[in-house]
Amino acid sequence: MSSGRCAACRYLRRRCTGDCIFSPYFPSNNPQRFVSVHRIYGASNVSKLLQRLPPHLRAEAADSLYLEAQCRLQDPVYGSVGLIFQLQQQIHAAESQLVKTQAEIAVMKSQAQHPQARQAESDFSNLLLLQQFDNDANLSFSNQVSSGFN
Amino acid sequence: MRSQEPRSTSSCAACKLLKRRCTPNCIFAPYFRSDEPKKFAKVHKVFGASNVSKILIEVPEEQREDKVNSLAYEAEARLKDPVYGCIGAIALLQRKMIQLQHDLTLARVCLARYTATPSAIGGTNDQVMTEPFGDFPAGCGGSIESFSQNISYELNQEAHVCCFSEIPYV
Repeated sequence: MSSGRCAACRYLRRRCTGDCIFSPYFPSNNPQRFVSVHRIYGASNVSKLLQRLPPHLRAEAADSLYLEAQCRLQDPVYGSVGLIFQLQQQIHAAESQLVKTQAEIAVMKSQAQHPQARQAESDFSNLLLLQQFDNDANLSFSNQVSSGFN
Repeated sequence: MRSQEPRSTSSCAACKLLKRRCTPNCIFAPYFRSDEPKKFAKVHKVFGASNVSKILIEVPEEQREDKVNSLAYEAEARLKDPVYGCIGAIALLQRKMIQLQHDLTLARVCLARYTATPSAIGGTNDQVMTEPFGDFPAGCGGSIESFSQNISYELNQEAHVCCFSEIPYV
C-alpha cells in the first residue's frame, strides 16, 4: 500500500518493505528530512551507515546525519565544521576572560587579606614620590645657581 | 606498431581508488593528491564519489579546497564515531562552553564582592556570548542538547576537538 511507504521509499519510488532500514527514522510525514540526508550522503551510504550500527543506536545516528546534512546545506563550504571552529573560538575567549577575572580576584584577595602589606606598599610609593620631589627641587636650585654664574 | 601515447601523470587518489583514468580536468585531482590516498578513501566511504563531485561543483573553485577539507574532517569524525560524527564534538564543545559561562559568571560575582561596584557583574565590553548557537540552522527537528544528554561515545570526541588544520591527512 503506497500510503504506508516511508519518506525514503517514496522519494526513491520503491516499495517499502517491512524491514526497510529507513522507515523507522524517515517517516512519511517529514519528507524533507530524507531529502536533506540523501542530498549530502546518498541513500545507499545512509543505508550502509545505519546497517553497520546496532538497532538501538540507529535513531541517534539518523538524527545526527540529518543535523550534519542541514549544517552542510546551510553552509556549503564548512558545514558543521564551521560550528566547531566557532565554538572553539568562543571557548578560547571565555577561557581567557576567566583567567583574567581569576587573576583579578587573586590580587583583590591578597590585598584584602594583607592590609599591612598594602599600607607598606602605599608608604613605599609615597617615599619614592617624595625622593623624586626632592631631586627635582635640588636640580631646579642647581640650575638657578648655575644660571646665576653665567 | 602500437603508437606510444605519452605517459600521463599519476592519477589522483580518487581515480586510483575508483580505478579510472585521471583526466586533466578531473574534478578531484586538485584536492585529492595521490600521496593522500586515505583522505579520499574516508570521504568516499561516508559521502560517496558521485555526491562529492556534485557537492564540489556547487561552490566556486576558490572555495573547493576548504570544502574538501571540511568534508574530510566530517568523514573522519563519522568514521570514528558512526553514531554522532561531528555532532558529538559540537555537543561536547557546547557543554564546555556552558560550563565556562557558568564559571565566568561565578568569578565575576566573586570579583564584584571585592570591588563592590555593580558594573563589575557581566557588564564589560568583552562579555562572552551567552548563546553559542544563535546561528545554528533552524528547523533541524532536534536540538543538540538532546545529544549532550544521550551521548555515550564522548570518550572519543576529544580527538575531534582540535584545530581544523591539525588533523593529519594520510
